[in-house]
Amino acid sequence: MCLSIPAKIISIDGSMAEVSAGGAIFNAGLHMIEDAKVGDYILLHAGFAIQMISEKEAEETLRLFEEINNSLDE
Amino acid sequence: MKYIDEFRNKNLVTKLADQIHKSVIRDYTFMEVCGGHTSAIHRFGIPSLLPENIRLISGPGCPVCVTGTDFIDRAIAYSKMEDVIITTFGDLIKVPGSSSSLEKEKAAGANIRIVLSGLDALEIARLNSGKKIIFLGIGFETTAPGSAVTIKQAAKENINNFFLLSTHKLMPPAMEAIIKDGASLDGFICPGHVAAITGSSIFDFIPERYNLGCVVTGFEPADILQSILMLIKMVNQNTPKVEIQYNRAVTLCGNLIAQRCLSEVFETCDASWRGFGVIPLSGLKLRKDFERFDIEKILPLKIIFKEDNELCICGEILRGLKTPEDCPLFSEICFPENPLGACMVSNEGACNSWYKYRFVK
Amino acid sequence: MNDFISLNHGSGGKLTHELIEKVFVKRFAMSEPLTDSFIIKESGSTLALTTDSYVVDPLFFPGGNIGKLAICGTINDLAVSGADPRYIAVSFIIEEGFPMDDLVLIADSMAEEAAKAGVKIVTGDTKVVDKGKCDKLFITTSGIGFLNSEIENISTGKRIKPGDKLIINGPLGNHAIAILGARNNMAFRTTVTSDCSSLNHLIRKVLQNCKEILFMRDVTRGGLATVLNELAGMIRCGIIVNEATIPVDEQVRGLCEMLGFDPLFLANEGKVLMVASAGEENKVLEILRSDPLGRYSEVIGEIITDKKELVVLNTSAGGKRIIDMPAGIQLPRIC
Repeated sequence: MCLSIPAKIISIDGSMAEVSAGGAIFNAGLHMIEDAKVGDYILLHAGFAIQMISEKEAEETLRLFEEINNSLDE
Repeated sequence: MKYIDEFRNKNLVTKLADQIHKSVIRDYTFMEVCGGHTSAIHRFGIPSLLPENIRLISGPGCPVCVTGTDFIDRAIAYSKMEDVIITTFGDLIKVPGSSSSLEKEKAAGANIRIVLSGLDALEIARLNSGKKIIFLGIGFETTAPGSAVTIKQAAKENINNFFLLSTHKLMPPAMEAIIKDGASLDGFICPGHVAAITGSSIFDFIPERYNLGCVVTGFEPADILQSILMLIKMVNQNTPKVEIQYNRAVTLCGNLIAQRCLSEVFETCDASWRGFGVIPLSGLKLRKDFERFDIEKILPLKIIFKEDNELCICGEILRGLKTPEDCPLFSEICFPENPLGACMVSNEGACNSWYKYRFVK
Repeated sequence: MNDFISLNHGSGGKLTHELIEKVFVKRFAMSEPLTDSFIIKESGSTLALTTDSYVVDPLFFPGGNIGKLAICGTINDLAVSGADPRYIAVSFIIEEGFPMDDLVLIADSMAEEAAKAGVKIVTGDTKVVDKGKCDKLFITTSGIGFLNSEIENISTGKRIKPGDKLIINGPLGNHAIAILGARNNMAFRTTVTSDCSSLNHLIRKVLQNCKEILFMRDVTRGGLATVLNELAGMIRCGIIVNEATIPVDEQVRGLCEMLGFDPLFLANEGKVLMVASAGEENKVLEILRSDPLGRYSEVIGEIITDKKELVVLNTSAGGKRIIDMPAGIQLPRIC
């Protein structure tokens, strides 16, 4: 569960932020997130940021995929 | 779009599918317990990429599907009261109650508004001080913290015309109920956004007690296929455990701030699930400190419930015991334009997804 | 059938079809298949006649207003039938208390759009009703165009065969999202504007330079999914479309992902689906892309022999699934 997509923080005002998904702007409550900064990606669900997306982990997952691709090509 | 497109890459998906084909050595049945997964699997045509000996079944992961007719009847009853505005996520609008739905009541003039967030509902309360604004709290551990934050905000601002009608539910008790019910499974595709809040540790009891593997999964096609691969490996090597596939959003411990907020405002209670009956400690209700926001405490109702259509097997479908095609009503008199049970109403309901995104080889 | 009219009956999907079929078509003894314009053959001339009603809310939205919508919609219904739109009749039902300035703005838009398209608004009617008896303003139009009888089966696709290609003239869903954004009761902002536009000049360019256009339909409420299903039903063939080739603007995509919408179900007001003979598609694309209203045209699929009357999507991830007609209005969801 359930519908939640990665969105980029474009401005912060107290506990609320404006986040962008493909350029469409949504309001997001930052009440559950610490140390959010403009430029961070969060998971937006029902008007709240429920988690930060870890760029490091995302890159690691993609790198693993790369390995799978390469191993299959061999 | 970042963190989406990379995980929908066709080449990547094809290669993962190839790896799955190479890894299967027997039949496998995996259950996904999240409406988002049911939808993604069908939307991207995942079944058409898998070998025939992998069966994916849908469990009770769509909060709309597990919402009983009694909740809809209650919401409708409140909507008929004077000076009430019902605020709800769009998911509930078409869910059938015993004799009507919020959609039908809206058409008949009830003040029912769709919101994208509890905070939107709170704003409606600020702007309509003469009315009672009742927010329908559906959703699992992903959504309930949002309701908690909203209630806390209402408390902070002394807003006295905002109320919650809660049918928030918890995932692990339902998963355990399915296992105990005897569903024949080889592993779970676990809900990634629930786990983003709770942490993956909430699933630890499943391999420990029941020897079933769990992979906490993201919602893009590459995520789902990678998870299936991980589950196949667990079955082949007989190493059931909890693993996180969706590590860009999920950790062992989850979002502690969200968890604290949740436990500050809510406590667990027994809850009624469509098709399961009552599952102990599987629901959330407002704690005593926040009871003044519980509409059922402020304005108790007495409702008479009618039985669901006796041929409707939503319950068995939710428990993974039957598929939509096993239902005598499916696509005959129950279809998206005329849903009889919640499995057909919700976009992610097993029956709705099955009907709309029928698997084509 | 339901015993009351709901908003879903107006959404362009299955319930709309059912309503039209069960309440109007049989009673009015209308000939089927229903097409966007009715072709009249009178003493040598072939005329196309169409009618439509406009009840959009809000009346003013990014990219247009109800008046512009009425003119473009009528022109497009004629143009996609292969007709050259000429004359429009327009009737207004106005709620008591409606601001005169707004009515003038709307009328100005209609005049401007008609002039741009080379079409005359020749007759009309106006009614005012008590406050509360209609929602601000409703517009109904009828339009007539002249048709070369050689292409009169463009509406029914009788010449379509397997292998023929499907072409769309640009990105989907902009109108629906612009309307949603303008309603102001949803917590998001978007700069998406409606694609509301008259397509007759664009379509004429294509028809004059290519004799192998076998079918056209404007893609309005109910979205591309509805048109594809209607077509598959009419020609009794299967259709396959490739998700990766279907143009969708980034903001529309972002909103669809966030709200749980399918862009194939979203309404448009400046999009035409064409079917061109196999081998002709690149020529058609070149003509379309040379016009601002067709700059982002794409070949999105083809007619196939199997999967009779089904529309199959090759998803961007590589899997396959069926595209069904939308059941009713899409609602934003969290699950």
